[in-house]
Amino acid sequence: MTSQENLDQHTRDIIQHHFSPETGCPFWLKWAEEHWDPRKEITCFEDIAKFPHFQDEWLRDITNEEWVPKAFAGRPFNVFETGGTTGLPKQRVGWDDYKHDYEMFSDQLDDDAFPKGGNWLMVGPTGPRRLRLAVEHLANHRGGSCYFVDLDPRWVKKLIGRKEYDQAERYQRHVVDQAVEILKHRDIKCLFTTPRLLESLSERVSLPGNGIRGCFCGGTTMTPQMVRFLVEEVLENKALFVPTYGNTLMGLACSVPLTDDYSVTYYAPQPRAVLRVVDPDNTQRTVDYDNYGRVELTTLTKEFFMPRFLERDEAIRRKPCDRYDWDGVGDVRPFGVMEKKVIEGVY
Amino acid sequence: MATIPSIPILRRGEVYHSLDQQPIHAIGTEAPAALLSMANSGLVKRDLNHVTASRDALRAIPAADLMQMCIEAGDHFLNGTLPVGEEEIPQSPDDYVRSLSSTSGLPHALIRMNMKKLHEVFTEMPTIMRGLTRGLDLGVLDKGYGSQEGVPVSYSANAEALSVVLPSNSPAVNALWMPALVMKIPVLLKPGREEPWTPWRVIQSFIKAGIPKEAFSFYPTDHDGSGAIIRRSKRVMMFGDDATVSQHAGDPRVEVHGSGKSKILIGEDRIDDWEKYLDIMVESVSANSGRSCINTSAILVPRHADAIAEAIAKRLDAIKPLPFEDADAKLSGFANPKFAEYINGAVDDGLKEEGAHDVNAPIRGRERHEIYQNMHYLHPTIVRCDSWDHPLANREFLFPFASVTEVPQAEMLDCIGPSLVVTAITEDQAWIDELLECPHIDRLNLGAWPTNRVKWDQPHEGNLFEFLYKRRSIHVATLAHV
Repeated sequence: MTSQENLDQHTRDIIQHHFSPETGCPFWLKWAEEHWDPRKEITCFEDIAKFPHFQDEWLRDITNEEWVPKAFAGRPFNVFETGGTTGLPKQRVGWDDYKHDYEMFSDQLDDDAFPKGGNWLMVGPTGPRRLRLAVEHLANHRGGSCYFVDLDPRWVKKLIGRKEYDQAERYQRHVVDQAVEILKHRDIKCLFTTPRLLESLSERVSLPGNGIRGCFCGGTTMTPQMVRFLVEEVLENKALFVPTYGNTLMGLACSVPLTDDYSVTYYAPQPRAVLRVVDPDNTQRTVDYDNYGRVELTTLTKEFFMPRFLERDEAIRRKPCDRYDWDGVGDVRPFGVMEKKVIEGVY
Repeated sequence: MATIPSIPILRRGEVYHSLDQQPIHAIGTEAPAALLSMANSGLVKRDLNHVTASRDALRAIPAADLMQMCIEAGDHFLNGTLPVGEEEIPQSPDDYVRSLSSTSGLPHALIRMNMKKLHEVFTEMPTIMRGLTRGLDLGVLDKGYGSQEGVPVSYSANAEALSVVLPSNSPAVNALWMPALVMKIPVLLKPGREEPWTPWRVIQSFIKAGIPKEAFSFYPTDHDGSGAIIRRSKRVMMFGDDATVSQHAGDPRVEVHGSGKSKILIGEDRIDDWEKYLDIMVESVSANSGRSCINTSAILVPRHADAIAEAIAKRLDAIKPLPFEDADAKLSGFANPKFAEYINGAVDDGLKEEGAHDVNAPIRGRERHEIYQNMHYLHPTIVRCDSWDHPLANREFLFPFASVTEVPQAEMLDCIGPSLVVTAITEDQAWIDELLECPHIDRLNLGAWPTNRVKWDQPHEGNLFEFLYKRRSIHVATLAHV
């Protein structure tokens, strides 16, 4: 079966699951009643275009119980949050998706750089985020334990929004201080953090010098120049750098090994999630290869169905590669970054 | 120059080619005049942690030698062919003028004037240093201590480097950081978006004259990178508006060069002879296309304001947009059309308030804002204000603009507010005594002297030596052999 046939079959299965009264969730069942029956209309992934764009406000305004598929009834759910700098954050319920996603990701990791049995350190947003459980599961899945240093990105965004840069830097130092202590006194081989925190850590200690062999990073824009800087100077060309693109709603898109131009291309974990790069003025249209467009995400798991969500990012549509037989997204950056100032903070 | 230069980052003098290449366009075209290597903020932060080696390179050279190198660098700057970009493309003085004009909108004649001014900064460095250090023997900086007029003195550096966030609007601002090299303090420069040319050429001139390349770091960067420079540097010089100045007020690390609000005041004793001072007023308002903080933005007189405003306006009307290459071109365009629109709108908004009128409007007979040969210009404008309280009376804009207001001499010093330069045309000794006591005036010219003319032995907007060094108490006892 080709990857496209696999995706089409998976799409039909997921639609059947979410829109059948025996297995679906109240939200989508009600939606089908008020609109049309996707079980009849959706025969392949391309048909997903018949759905309107998923509105992420629904994840804030509609109770979490509405999103529980009947197939999961009776199992307490995890609540994972996203956003929430002000007001009620958006929430996604989940059970095992994060484990599947990160086990898939684990299969892509280089065992020399991320040795089996090696301990991990996560420096970044923990709290109510999927990432916290996911990284620990990844470490455990690979036979290691995970240490944590928390960073609250909502507080950082508030500080930056108020132009309290000094406070933001002090908070960052506070986070880095804690991470440095763990690196110095515990046997850590693998690291997950954000690019900015990675830079700050390396200003304090040599990361390879303290045992780090691999680092996977995510959460914000990484220009080729920034990636090169992280590889050559921050990780001293000694530890492997693995950029990732992901969020609570998708899971984790992997990058292919970096080349000399340090341009990062991510490939969604198909068929569980699909990324398209669309024309922002006509989102039915996928942009041509090597052109920028807005990133559109469709999540297709038995826990969560989310069609055509427009991410707040733009990216270059890249061609399939040897490892991934579907489109990639390259040089991701905040949507409209050329027109407006976007607060990214340390996240 | 046929080839487009790629202007790199300099990391303690070492060329670094960034993967983030941004074009600077020649104005009015889509053709890039250069490619700029943009530094990511992490790279800048990392380098700021390693500036000691740069300072060591300068400390190893006697200050007197650095001074000679500086003087020699002046000739390279004005007359030499210097390498530009990673390709080391030979850049003659004419090439420099053309490149800067194409991206900044400055007419060639004004650039050449600024070149001469910068050349003087190089060659007049002994005078400048005497002024900044009040005649300190620079050997004190070599040894760390010495004496001045029989008193033991010692100075320690406040920072291992001086960071400078430069604007794009006037090449002469580079004069402000150049003395740091002779003071043995390396520089870390962030050039303006449209103007990497001048700091690059100044650096190359210094290096050719023998100053170690390690003393120069050069980081074209974005807002994020600029923020890192400002927050992480122990001493930083930057340029900005009143809001920027107030944002950093009280921070001893930061010296903000903001608006100058420079003024000409004519006393009761001289006002009836105002026509004698017309040349000075016109030059003060319009030199360097009104772009400097030392340009006059307000003229306060006890009477004859209408006649004075009319006479200056007529003279300024002769300053018109001309082709860049025209030797008579004195008016600069705006590389960013939005600046021209914003400034013009601000003037118009002010004029909507009763009590002021644009004296130039009927003389020029057209809009203040004009697009000429794809370039946006603002015609010189004199505004006659009925009262000092009018919102345009004490405003400064980036083109030849000034208000003329009648204010009784006795009230002038109470109302002028912070003023970078004041030229007071008077021989009234009692008023001169008051002027000397006035805390709002940074530089005082007594008599008929344009505000825009600088004297090299006088500090400008703060004293760079005092910014970079602090005096420490010292006692050197003879070592006893025990």
